Amino acid sequence: MTEHILKAFDDDLREISSRVAEMGGIAERLVVESVDALVKRDIALAKRVVPADAQVDALQREIEEKAILTIARRQPMAVDLREIVSALRIANDLERVGDLAKNTAKRVVALDGDYHAQKQLRGVRHMADMVIERLKQVLDAYGARDAERAMDVWRRDGEVDSMYTSLFRELLTYMMEDPRHITLCIHLLFAAKNIERIGDHATNIAETIYYLVIGEVLTDERPKVDTTSFAKIGMPG
Amino acid sequence: MAQIVKSRSESSAPLSIADAPRRAEVRNLNFFYGDAQALKSVNFPVIDRKVTALIGPSGCGKSTLLRCFNRMHDLYPGNRYEGEIRLYPEDLNIVSRDVDPMYVRLRIGMVFQKPNPFPKSIYENVAAGLWVRGVRKKALVDERVEFALQRAALWNEVKDRLRESAYGLSGGQQQRLCIARALAPDPEIILLDEPTSALDPIATSKIEELLTNIGDQVTVIIVTHNMQQAARVSHFTAFMHLGNMVEYDVTEKIFTNPAEKRTLDYITGRFG
Repeated sequence: MTEHILKAFDDDLREISSRVAEMGGIAERLVVESVDALVKRDIALAKRVVPADAQVDALQREIEEKAILTIARRQPMAVDLREIVSALRIANDLERVGDLAKNTAKRVVALDGDYHAQKQLRGVRHMADMVIERLKQVLDAYGARDAERAMDVWRRDGEVDSMYTSLFRELLTYMMEDPRHITLCIHLLFAAKNIERIGDHATNIAETIYYLVIGEVLTDERPKVDTTSFAKIGMPG
Repeated sequence: MAQIVKSRSESSAPLSIADAPRRAEVRNLNFFYGDAQALKSVNFPVIDRKVTALIGPSGCGKSTLLRCFNRMHDLYPGNRYEGEIRLYPEDLNIVSRDVDPMYVRLRIGMVFQKPNPFPKSIYENVAAGLWVRGVRKKALVDERVEFALQRAALWNEVKDRLRESAYGLSGGQQQRLCIARALAPDPEIILLDEPTSALDPIATSKIEELLTNIGDQVTVIIVTHNMQQAARVSHFTAFMHLGNMVEYDVTEKIFTNPAEKRTLDYITGRFG
């Protein structure tokens, strides 16, 4: 893109976009660490994740302030306007991602390392890997302003949902098998839901990148496969 | 996300150029100041009872194009039109030599950058266009003067001093008076050449408000350097550069996602 006649405008936009990238990096790290803390029962790591979320929140506020100031000062049009609106939207999504990672970390602290359930954790780990890979890809797509890469994440949104649905069923069976698993499984279920939502935010970000690059709002229905809202529990006997 | 720069008609269905009724149509219009070609094969429709904005850098030909619509260029020798501006419904080529410029000006009114009231009373300024057209009946003239001043959002400010000199009005009021003068004979098209560039923000807002109000009743073509103004008041926007019409589209599209790189560079303030 050619530069603006007004150099300071370019500086404003670059600043906003680099803050979003920075925020993405931190949010991604928090997700990775919260999942690591869960899988490895690392309470110390979980305790570090909880306060670190404040950094993400602070960046969101900073991006919002800069965006508002830039709109007021420069009256951006077309691609510049989309750049700022996208930064605001992505910052919102990343702020939620940070909160969800924090919530998972809090659950690790609450469980206090009192679990040895590799079997139950396997599914969560697998799902988390899937979501982290998507989050990473979508943040790379933002950096490169690559709509096609973002759309690749968008199209695969259904996979995370299916994974969550099967994980939901799996955890139910553990709970039915032995009531002593209930506390752990409930926490894992919420952690899994957190991770699934992070996947949804990655999909939101993908839609925003599409809008930023192409200039049109994606109107297609996103591929949704989460059916747990309709799941029924059949008790044995 | 086109809503980000919403046009004034927020409640109506999205505008489409293809089905919109035309008040005029510019076809292969060339214009020459002596040997210098100022307009190069310009084509675009003027949609009926909508506001069309002409934007572009200085010297791009937007004012030249606007002035073709009421044959202003005829006042100077050596100027030459080629091509057509078809005025509907009768499909008359208004830049043709056979058409009397006075006749065109009776149907298409103009407002200039600087307010130019006549050195007469407020009432006489607005009535002038009616008198020229032979309207003599006082009751009718009174009615038209009030109607035009109301449409121009000036009536409440001047109704008690209609006989006072127009020169006593503020700049913004004078400009609205000029708009009222143009509106009084009920023209088919009204041309505005940077009508707010000499006004302060409050007077500008008043003019924009009146354009928003009359925009669905009168066909308006406005030349403006203020892109936010074009985005706010117009339904359709044409971007001109070096005498060419680079892009013409629905305003929302031009200001959120223009098709041409030159348009994008201009509206976002980039080096072209």
